[in-house]
Amino acid sequence: MSHNQIKNMTLNFGPQHPAAHGVLRMVLEMDGEIIDRVDPHIGLLHRGTEKLIEHKTYMQAVPYFDRLDYVAPQNQEHAFVLAAEKLMQIEVPERAQYIRVLYAEIGRILSHILNITSYAMDVGAMTPMLWAFEHREHLMEFCERVCGARMHMNYYRVGGVSRDMPDGLADDIWEWTEKYPQMLDDMETLLTENRIFKQRTVDIGIVTPEQALDWGFTGPNLRASGFAWDLRKSQPYDAYAKMDFDIPVGKYGDCYDRYLLRMYEMRESLKIMRQALKEMPDGLHAADDRRVTPPPREEMKTSMEALIHHFKLFTEGIRVPAGETYTAVEAPKGEFAVYLVSDGSNRPNRCKIRAPGYVHLQAMELMCKGHMLADVGAVIGSIDVVFGEIDR
Amino acid sequence: MSFIERTIRTVLLVELMQGMWLTFRYMFRPKVTLNYPYEKGYLSPRFRAEHALRRYEGGEERCISCKLCEAICPAQAITIEGMAREDGSRRTLRYDIDMTKCIYCGYCEEACPVDAIVEGPNFEFATESREELMYDKMKLLDNGSRWEVELALRLNQDKKYR
Repeated sequence: MSHNQIKNMTLNFGPQHPAAHGVLRMVLEMDGEIIDRVDPHIGLLHRGTEKLIEHKTYMQAVPYFDRLDYVAPQNQEHAFVLAAEKLMQIEVPERAQYIRVLYAEIGRILSHILNITSYAMDVGAMTPMLWAFEHREHLMEFCERVCGARMHMNYYRVGGVSRDMPDGLADDIWEWTEKYPQMLDDMETLLTENRIFKQRTVDIGIVTPEQALDWGFTGPNLRASGFAWDLRKSQPYDAYAKMDFDIPVGKYGDCYDRYLLRMYEMRESLKIMRQALKEMPDGLHAADDRRVTPPPREEMKTSMEALIHHFKLFTEGIRVPAGETYTAVEAPKGEFAVYLVSDGSNRPNRCKIRAPGYVHLQAMELMCKGHMLADVGAVIGSIDVVFGEIDR
Repeated sequence: MSFIERTIRTVLLVELMQGMWLTFRYMFRPKVTLNYPYEKGYLSPRFRAEHALRRYEGGEERCISCKLCEAICPAQAITIEGMAREDGSRRTLRYDIDMTKCIYCGYCEEACPVDAIVEGPNFEFATESREELMYDKMKLLDNGSRWEVELALRLNQDKKYR
């Protein structure tokens, strides 16, 4: 009888694997087909955003936030402009707050559609992606109509938004919010009860409430573990305090719960969008404050004073008083925050970005250990990671 | 759900059949895809794509070489050299945009005090070589004259929001 020493096999997952949702390389230590250790290697999409922002004015920094979580750019911009507004103590007009809330929710649905459908594709269902991307296209068209770009919007500004919503757009968004629940129902028909989908997701990657807190989970992943924690409710920013919506909460914290939770969140987002559209007041789309908002073009072309303001704002930029702030928003993936340190100049002294995906990815080992190789795809799909924000 | 009902649903593949039936019905719905090069999607007046340098109706260049676009550009894609003409007016000697650096944020258009540099509606400017994407003043002015009708229309449509 011979004695064969069986060694664990090390397996490379990615960086070009389609189920890795971007450029993630994971070194998996396998005991047969069972996962023993997961070691995510990140940094393949590192662009040095935080350092670059230190060399840009506050206005120039906004497009960098689009390119973090590029699936829902507006939510990232939101965090940055809120941080700068907090340091400058600027009052944002109510209409601007409503527009921002409306587009933040559009961003949430954009992100959740991509996540749920690509996650379904990871575990074997292709149809939801083909169907739901029609609606994602509509949403991107709404983004394009308001700011000129489908994804990298560059729409939120310190003190408001860059331009007001054009006529007719509100009606079209309203019409869309009436059509979209039908698509959600159809997607649920395909996925929620489907035995193949359930076999791949139920009881996979369970995170207990204690573990979720220990690993610093936020957003849908934390709520799926059973905590009703949502920054839109617990520390409302902009017009969220006036919105009436519920926080869906999961029970088991497995991959299936995370899927269900995102489906419910989309319905709640629709609720918020409708309220924002219905209650949106008339008024200014940006603060009437020449420290931050350039004058309207008509005025700029006729008034010398306005032209000087225009030139000062586009060359020197905004001067933010010295101070520091940690401002967080509830991005689709969790708590996205900006820690902004200003030394009173026109450029941030330090801009630390807290990306939710970075924290969630660390828990990969916790979620995958003891599962099969095929479950890695389901787990990584369900925690919703985007490498733009993780690698920064 | 009772045990019997659950068993029947499992054995008869009820939820799978519902999904299949739904997919089958979708087959007869009108198609939403576009036959791209022949059909194109809607573009709003705010759409930001290829740059163009505009001229006044008389043919004079609008750009006065104030370099505001160069200053605001977050990607530092714009390079300008200015000069004074014999009549004292300022014009550009050189106006280059590196389209591979440009992030299409639209700040140059927002900054321009004379509506000279604009981001137009043309998104089909793919090239075969990298050099062709280093736009110079000639190319940009050429774009301007080619798209002027549409550019003026777009600016006019969006005027009240700016």
